[in-house]
Amino acid sequence: MSEHHVVSPRLYLLVFASLMVLTFLTVAASRYDFGAGNTVVAMGIAILKATLVVLFFMHVKYSSRLVQLMVMAAFLWLALLIAGALSDYVSRGRVNHVPEPRGPAGAALEDR
Amino acid sequence: MSEAVLHHGGAEDRHPALAHHFEDLPGQKEAAGLGMWLFLAQEVMFFGGLFACYTIYRNLYPAAFAAGSAHLNWKLGAFNTAVLIGSSLTMAMAVHAAAVGARRQIVAYLLATVALGSTFLGVKVVEYADKFHHHLVPGPHFRFEGPLARPAEIYYALYFAMTGLHALHMVIGIPILLTLAWLAHRGRYSADYHAPVELTGLYWHFVDIVWIFLFPLLYLIPTHAPH
Repeated sequence: MSEHHVVSPRLYLLVFASLMVLTFLTVAASRYDFGAGNTVVAMGIAILKATLVVLFFMHVKYSSRLVQLMVMAAFLWLALLIAGALSDYVSRGRVNHVPEPRGPAGAALEDR
Repeated sequence: MSEAVLHHGGAEDRHPALAHHFEDLPGQKEAAGLGMWLFLAQEVMFFGGLFACYTIYRNLYPAAFAAGSAHLNWKLGAFNTAVLIGSSLTMAMAVHAAAVGARRQIVAYLLATVALGSTFLGVKVVEYADKFHHHLVPGPHFRFEGPLARPAEIYYALYFAMTGLHALHMVIGIPILLTLAWLAHRGRYSADYHAPVELTGLYWHFVDIVWIFLFPLLYLIPTHAPH
């Protein structure tokens, strides 16, 4: 019944080894200049590592659909939070660069 | 007759850990797991606010973030990453030991997880002490050479807020692990019932995931970062 929930220690060791290799890759990649690609590579590796932890160490691969939905919803909401905030700040800089406000925040916005 | 119906599946063959409002242990475990994930989803948003804040400020001050990051010791950060991933492995092994009902192994793996977690916090203490020594703690004593001092202070404020909140989670987790080790030693957990070990495992792995993102974001910002 619940036997299929028991993950073999060999798989855990394999996940652990993969996480270590990916950590090494993150450090190695940061030595090279990929321009804006550095952040993309670092976050790509981090997302891959987190996925391995969630699927195997946290057993989500073997969990019920309901739990899987909950996990996806959690990360979807985080993505919405960051994407929403960034779309504002990034586009603001491109349209009209606003220097750091020196006086009260309200006054700086009025001057613009 | 009616009494026999009432006592169908009578109280004597119920597992002591099975709450009265659950039909069986697997159902109780499923509900507990879902509840834990609900808590972790909330934790994602808790840390998410800080990650969003970091994203915005790094976008505004890329050079200051790179300069601030250069003062961190990436070797200690990488060492701690390895230690924490190792602690996730021992935690996963503790859950496995519980699932197959190997009591001694549960205790051993939980204590190994505590040892690795404490190692992580020990390294963090050394790092924090170094920041205090070099006046890199935001506040009246903050000192940073050059024109990037103000935005670099924002970087360090985020460094302390994010690693501090992460470390707090570990400080809370270690006593929980020790309690579990004690209860496992007393024989509380078996192959049938070990939900507390499993749920604490979820919490511990979540803390590992947070660090997986913190390490590259705080320690590995290339100094040739583009604008």
